Amino acid sequence: MPETCTYIARSSAIAARALAGEMMVMNSADSTFFTLNEVATAIFQAADGRTPLREIVRDRICGQFDVDPNEAQADAEQFVAALSSHGILKVSNQPLSSEPAR
Amino acid sequence: MSLMTEVGQKAFNLGVPIAVHMDVTYRCNERCVHCYLDHDDHGEMTTDEIKGVLDQLAEAGVFFLTFSGGEVFMRRDFFELVEHARSLMFNVKIKTNAVMIHEEEARRIRELGVDTIQISVYSHRPEVHDAITKLPHSLERTVRSIRFLREQGLRVTIANVLMTANYSDHAGVQQLAAELDAQYTLDPTITPMMDGDTSVLALRIPGEELKQVFSNPALVENQEEFCAPPKAPSEEDLEGYSCSAGHSFCYISPYGDVFPCVQFPLPTGNLRQQKFLDIWNFSPQMQEVRSIQAKHLTVCSSCSHLTSCSRCPGLAYVEGNMRGPSTADCEKSFYRTGVPTANMLRLGLSKPQSTTGDTAHLIQIRPIAVPA
Repeated sequence: MPETCTYIARSSAIAARALAGEMMVMNSADSTFFTLNEVATAIFQAADGRTPLREIVRDRICGQFDVDPNEAQADAEQFVAALSSHGILKVSNQPLSSEPAR
Repeated sequence: MSLMTEVGQKAFNLGVPIAVHMDVTYRCNERCVHCYLDHDDHGEMTTDEIKGVLDQLAEAGVFFLTFSGGEVFMRRDFFELVEHARSLMFNVKIKTNAVMIHEEEARRIRELGVDTIQISVYSHRPEVHDAITKLPHSLERTVRSIRFLREQGLRVTIANVLMTANYSDHAGVQQLAAELDAQYTLDPTITPMMDGDTSVLALRIPGEELKQVFSNPALVENQEEFCAPPKAPSEEDLEGYSCSAGHSFCYISPYGDVFPCVQFPLPTGNLRQQKFLDIWNFSPQMQEVRSIQAKHLTVCSSCSHLTSCSRCPGLAYVEGNMRGPSTADCEKSFYRTGVPTANMLRLGLSKPQSTTGDTAHLIQIRPIAVPA
């Protein structure tokens, strides 16, 4: 059975800006405000709706940070689920459209 | 410290302009008696010019963007500007009188992901509100628009400017805000006209009534703390700065002029001639504003109110010296605590003596920001 891909995209309802390498994110629907650390920022910036999460973790996280691949994948899935529950990220097993991140 | 405060402090320390207030027009469909603006168009930036400025602001790290005026909806391209701002992922707030917002506009504002809409309401009584705006039926139209916005689930804040004409109506406006499920803020800012005419200051609330405002628990939270006698400033306090103007905040006029703050009319450059970051980083005026620490303040550095006073450097500048005291803020500190300020003692006054009027937010404590 083929492995299911997870695609992630930034919601159009959010505001986001990088401040000294960390991303500030605010959901205009409920004004929840987050700052993302360097690793989470890398995932958020790569959330273009077209690149599978596994590929993002492999290229943007394991390629740049000293981290165990399985642990990174598990952490990334947890992070994506948390931001999805706050309406920051859209998650699908099909490619999605996304807003650019600055 | 809240996450938002932490981020604001970080931007301050790094010199990142995290928040910008942009007036897109000075034109308006109301003629409020206390308004400080000249409503003629003296050459507003075009749609493309503003979009170009927004691109620059995004690159500079601006996150919080307030569109204001004048009345923003006097610009036919206003939604195009908001759409561009949102595509750049700004957190957008709009200040408006809302008169031109109908169901369609409210729906569009929601679709664009605007964070908050701040709307001026002067009174719950049409005869008082409309007499201030000089626009017949303006309260009725504004309230109807607020309902449209709330139906869309948008966050609305009612800004209640207090002046002599509506001083007794704040409780009614608060109640109206509650009925509309909107936030309420007191915004008693009466500023001299842009041409220097100070006649509008006659509309401001007299000092004795300030005392009543400060002691009203419906208007001021944490009253005990707010009205507590000031503590003498420490050595560390003297190393701090007044506010975020020029440090992490600035104001842009419809003509592209950049100022440290909307209340600080010190020109620092024009976006038709220079890039935003060149003005922000290298303008001598911006650098001067940024260099002023509490210890450099000519009178206030020896004032016991230093760390709790809302001293506005822009108002001090209007009075003639950006390092000097702001009389309006001295007055607030006195009526808030009953303790005379250093400026009053210097002048031998037992009560404040206003010179340029009260032009700052009343309900506000702006602690000195201490660098990390």
